[in-house]
Amino acid sequence: MPSLVDILFLSAGYNTALVCIGAALLGAASGAVGVFVLLRKRTLVSDAISHSTLPGVALAFIVGELFFGVGRSLPVLLVGAALSAGIGVLAVDWIRSHTRLTEDTAIGTVLSTFFALGMVLLTVIQSMSVAGRAGLEGFLLGATSGMTYSEAMIIAIAAVVVGFALLLRIKEFTILCFDEGFAAASGYNVTMLDRTLLLLLLAVVVIGLKTVGLVLIIALAIIPPVAARFWSERVPVVVALSAAIGAVGSYLGAAISASAPDMPTGGIIVLVLFSFFVVSLIGSPVRGLLAAYLRHRRFQGQVHMRQGLLSIAHDEPILEPVTRKLLVKARFMEGDGRVTPTGYAQARVIARDQALWNLYKQEEPDEAATVQEWSLKLIQEVLPPDTVKSLENKLGARVIPVGV
Amino acid sequence: MAAQDNYNLQQNEGGSVQAETAWKDSPFHVSGLTVAYHHKPVLWNVTYTAPKGELIGIIGPNGAGKSTFLKAALGLIPKLSGETTVFGKPVRKMMDKVAYVPQRNAVDWDFPATAVDVVMMGLYAKVGWFRWLGRRQRQEALKSLEAVGMTAFADRQIGQLSGGQQQRVFLARALAQDADVYLMDEPFAGVDAATEKAIIEVLRTLVKRGKTILVVHHDLESVTQYYSHVLLINGQHIASGPTAEAFTAENLQKAYGGRLASTQLEGLQSSAKEQE
Repeated sequence: MPSLVDILFLSAGYNTALVCIGAALLGAASGAVGVFVLLRKRTLVSDAISHSTLPGVALAFIVGELFFGVGRSLPVLLVGAALSAGIGVLAVDWIRSHTRLTEDTAIGTVLSTFFALGMVLLTVIQSMSVAGRAGLEGFLLGATSGMTYSEAMIIAIAAVVVGFALLLRIKEFTILCFDEGFAAASGYNVTMLDRTLLLLLLAVVVIGLKTVGLVLIIALAIIPPVAARFWSERVPVVVALSAAIGAVGSYLGAAISASAPDMPTGGIIVLVLFSFFVVSLIGSPVRGLLAAYLRHRRFQGQVHMRQGLLSIAHDEPILEPVTRKLLVKARFMEGDGRVTPTGYAQARVIARDQALWNLYKQEEPDEAATVQEWSLKLIQEVLPPDTVKSLENKLGARVIPVGV
Repeated sequence: MAAQDNYNLQQNEGGSVQAETAWKDSPFHVSGLTVAYHHKPVLWNVTYTAPKGELIGIIGPNGAGKSTFLKAALGLIPKLSGETTVFGKPVRKMMDKVAYVPQRNAVDWDFPATAVDVVMMGLYAKVGWFRWLGRRQRQEALKSLEAVGMTAFADRQIGQLSGGQQQRVFLARALAQDADVYLMDEPFAGVDAATEKAIIEVLRTLVKRGKTILVVHHDLESVTQYYSHVLLINGQHIASGPTAEAFTAENLQKAYGGRLASTQLEGLQSSAKEQE
């Protein structure tokens, strides 16, 4: 058995190295495709796709084995998988557009029916007296241990093709996911774009069957995009990060599972990806929980600071210890509670700003309700100059007398 | 109902000679548009010829099919019948001449994009496949943002913008498209007065440059002030033409039925007269 270190640095034999690289490319492709599936809010479709592959795999095996003697060939099995998954997706689409059922209902129905059919067919195969039937169970949970050089090569090449196809239409997918109506009015064929996206998703699922298995392949299309989304507010960056997370996670997962016998590749990959997700969820400075908590603390501080300064402006006592502490720290107040000259100056600024904000809320209640920084920042930092100007004009040159 | 049918007949007879030639030059002509949701007709046989270089308000009560009219005319939602032409050619071949501004709540504003990213979407159709947009497109997008007073917010994530700011971004995206016809679905819904003023000013500049603009509009008070032409619909075509002629108490009564008090109608009509 090669050690994990050997595998990680691709020195555990040509075959293992190629399996790991194939897994990495697969992870990159599904991570990138997954971003758009996520933004289109259709992540569950991948579950319908993966479960509908099973009857196709089983039928391809039966037909290939009985008539041509090639039942175990990966390309044959994958073509079968793709065909039945395609039928599954079309069934979901048909139910959604021709009945009043929602997409999740359609997915649930199709997914379970196809999977049931697949399980029955697998039992049929077990009762057939043909050699080599053992390979099919690998499609359920993924197994890279017995993977041959050519199989790994097929997976790697297919993943590269899918990734390239996605790059070709990245603008179109972006516009489709953000604003379908606008995309259609710009002359894009929205139906075709949606089908193309599903086709790419289907391709990723099918080529990932052998490595990750159909039960868990959905994770490869969901977890990397969700993790990447925590780190950026730009589509191209999210796509790049998601591809990177998918690649590294799948590579590590495949390597770890190759370091010991009978390790389920799919399961390991998903667990590694999940660890990336947890790190992103907590640690991302953009949308992570920790950053959100710190932002909330800062927000609370801003509220206290403004209320303190307004109290100074209105000559009211400041009783809350937190507010006093913040004012003292900003040198707006001495430790004994006397307000400093800079404190009075700042209070004047804030009182005027608050008057503008209040006027804004009074004049435009609907609009003011959607402003997130309402009366937390200076109004000119939040609202466009023309809006501020019209408010200034309405308020006039009235200066709030403070600390005289 | 009988009175309404009569009215439609009169319209067809009176306008037929003129309409036969006018539609070919019209920047936006819709004929016989009928739309139904689950067998329930929402729009019934609506024909309208938009005059070039005008700011046109589409007016009607809630559920009158104003937004549906725009969407179905553009082919964004299925229709039962009807044809739309832009300068005499089928609209699907003229999409680059048309800029559509959807309702603000039609999109998920938590989408990973900045204001300038969204405006650049207006330029996608001009850039070929497999080419990301470069510095030149960004400059172009920034110019559009400047026109709506949003330069300072170019790199903000769109979810952090206020409703009025989001609407301005949408308008900037339409400007970037540099179209001949602008179709706007309730651009003034839930925006502040300053934004409303900024938007209407931009629209007036566009009209001066010969562009045609159709706006789904809710607020009856500002109709005479904003629009040179109106299209009144309530499931059907009620009236259309220059605001002074078509935006009458009689037509409003037809469009809104009992939903408008007669005092309200008189007020609107007298303000229309002042405008003349």
